[in-house]
Amino acid sequence: MAEVLVYVDHVDGAVRKPTLELLTLARRIGEPVAVHLGAGADAAAAVLGEYGAVKVLAADASEFADYLVAPKVDALEAAYNAVSPAAVLLPSSAEGKEIAARLAVRIGSGIITDAVDLEAGAEGPVATQSVFAASYSTKSRVTKGTPVITVKPNSAAPEAAQAAGTVEQLAVAFGEKSTGTKVVSRTPRESTGRPELTEAAIVVSGGRGVNGAENFSIIEALADSLGAAVGASRAAVDAGWYPHTNQVGQTGKSVSPQLYIAAGISGAIQHRAGMQTSKTIVAVNKDAEAPIFDLVDYGVVGDLFEVVPQLTDEVKTRKG
Amino acid sequence: MSLRIVVTVKYVPDATGDRHFAEDLTVDRDDVDGLLSELDEYAVEQALQIKEAADDDAEITVLTVGPEDAKDALRKALSMGADKAVHVEDDDLHGTDALGTSLVLAKALEHVGYDLVVSGMASTDGGMGVVPAMLAERLGVPQVTLLSEVKVEDGKVTGRRDGDAASEQLEASLPAVVSVTDQSGEARYPSFKGIMAAKKKPVESLDLSDLGLEAEEVGLEGAWTKVDEATERPARTAGTVVKDEGEGGKQLAEFLAGQKFI
Ligand SMILES: Cc1cc2nc3c(=O)[nH]c(=O)nc-3n(C[C@H](O)[C@H](O)[C@@H](O)COP(=O)(O)OP(=O)(O)OC[C@H]3O[C@@H](n4cnc5c(N)ncnc54)[C@H](O)[C@@H]3O)c2cc1C
Ligand SMILES: Cc1cc2nc3c(=O)[nH]c(=O)nc-3n(C[C@H](O)[C@H](O)[C@H](O)COP(=O)(O)OP(=O)(O)OC[C@H]3O[C@@H](n4cnc5c(N)ncnc54)[C@H](O)[C@@H]3O)c2cc1C
Repeated sequence: MAEVLVYVDHVDGAVRKPTLELLTLARRIGEPVAVHLGAGADAAAAVLGEYGAVKVLAADASEFADYLVAPKVDALEAAYNAVSPAAVLLPSSAEGKEIAARLAVRIGSGIITDAVDLEAGAEGPVATQSVFAASYSTKSRVTKGTPVITVKPNSAAPEAAQAAGTVEQLAVAFGEKSTGTKVVSRTPRESTGRPELTEAAIVVSGGRGVNGAENFSIIEALADSLGAAVGASRAAVDAGWYPHTNQVGQTGKSVSPQLYIAAGISGAIQHRAGMQTSKTIVAVNKDAEAPIFDLVDYGVVGDLFEVVPQLTDEVKTRKG
Repeated sequence: MSLRIVVTVKYVPDATGDRHFAEDLTVDRDDVDGLLSELDEYAVEQALQIKEAADDDAEITVLTVGPEDAKDALRKALSMGADKAVHVEDDDLHGTDALGTSLVLAKALEHVGYDLVVSGMASTDGGMGVVPAMLAERLGVPQVTLLSEVKVEDGKVTGRRDGDAASEQLEASLPAVVSVTDQSGEARYPSFKGIMAAKKKPVESLDLSDLGLEAEEVGLEGAWTKVDEATERPARTAGTVVKDEGEGGKQLAEFLAGQKFI
């Protein structure tokens, strides 16, 4: 069977969920071979094998952290040459897309980004994309070269399927031009202990209606009662009430949870672009005319300062 | 030596309008208003600020690949303060994908000459966020992308990239490709004076042969990808909307419990 390269998103060998989704999708089109860059390949191999990786190509070098993007492209290119795969899959993160972009140019292959589904087809993998703020769904193929496809988080439920997951060292020669952009310093983000926004099953977002940074505790309390991630509209982020990393929308994160709760958010097209594929949508807004109500499965016209705390209490009571 | 800044700008269908696919499954540009991709306004703004802060002369060229109407996007950027414009326009470009677009842009950049390329973080239609990285790869220059803060000094570009896991401070020597996010600072509005001045600024038109490219290398025919199907999603069926009469939170909890979220 043809091999499919899967780029591993991980933190020191702790594999993130989108990678397990990629492995699951990769099995529809071939045998997954994982590419693990940086420290922790041995720790990662166990879980990668559990989700179907027949092999883990591993490379660790300081270049991956010291320079932006390009050294990782060198490594993926080395893996591509070692395996000659039927496709290369990467997570649709900002960095994943940039690595994919450069690899596609190098190997002369077409690229599809932000796939939400992937199927084997007669002429190669067929990717589903959700475009124009999710108003259209498209099916596309790569017609030249080896398909390079980035997949959005939450596009498939990870399914285990034990495979060998044998670690093999990958030799990488870094190009002279790959060390052009130095990472001079790095300030890691503090963990909130809440689920990752793009991976969460439930997201609770607050907008301009939350009216102040201090009031976001109301949104956080509801999120915590449901085990949810916290999102925000750009208006709330621009006002400095919540970090930009939590912004949902066209220029923020695109989320596709089982449940999305929008409080004090009007539902502008750019916000909708990032949440319209959520399975169930709920809104609380005091304006009955707010466009967000056109999308909802359930909406409450009311003051979020009344409705949200009442909901939080009720959730806590029911969960006992 | 003057600093040659080129800003890549895309002409896109208005996101607040009804965007559609044409019969050949490319974007329908006839039935919708087009404009300068809003995210490229941030790129123009940062280029203007870099020029204003430069010790020596700096000149800003705005570059687009697109149909006749794409001149509107160039005019907008010129009225914001860019100095001149280059329009790559050719009927054979219709249906070009990301790989093809980056090929044409790279050729045009080499033709125009550049020390610094400034792009937006993503277009507001395709929204792939891949073209700047592709340009860096094709041109063989450093990629300094997704910056929320950017500075150019002494032949170096520095900037801050706010990622998911960390915030990074980046540095590279010119020439380089930069892309900026919508966190980099609000774009200025064109002044009346700027709009009038823009009418007199030069717009150079180039076609594929000027760039040494063949028709087969671009367009629908030359594309590395193919859209087989585009289906309009059915509008979400309107759900239940209740007015809060004091029990709104409890009613919502009841709904969530019914859906097994609680
Ligand atoms: C809904 C939709 C989905 C698409 N999906 C794919 C796909 O999966 N694969 C594929 O290969 N193509 C795809 N395309 C085509 C692709 O978007 C365009 O070919 C193309 O312009 C490059 O991608 P982008 O617009 O998404 O650019 P991005 O990479 O999002 O743009 C980043 C920056 O690049 C610059 N730029 C981009 N295009 C131009 C231009 N024409 N002129 C000047 N500067 C420009 C701008 O500075 C812009 O801010 C899609 C197009 C649409 C409308
Ligand atoms: C290029 C570009 C990119 C963008 N990207 C994004 C993006 O990624 N994400 C994003 O979100 N936006 C984005 N925007 C901005 C977007 O257009 C809207 O401005 C933004 O989404 C509005 O945020 P909001 O809904 O919180 O605020 P508003 O539109 O001001 O809505 C606030 C809502 O809160 C309600 N409200 C007020 N008080 C209460 C209360 N006490 N109880 C209940 N309801 C109340 C109001 O009725 C109103 O509907 C982008 C814009 C552009 C131009």
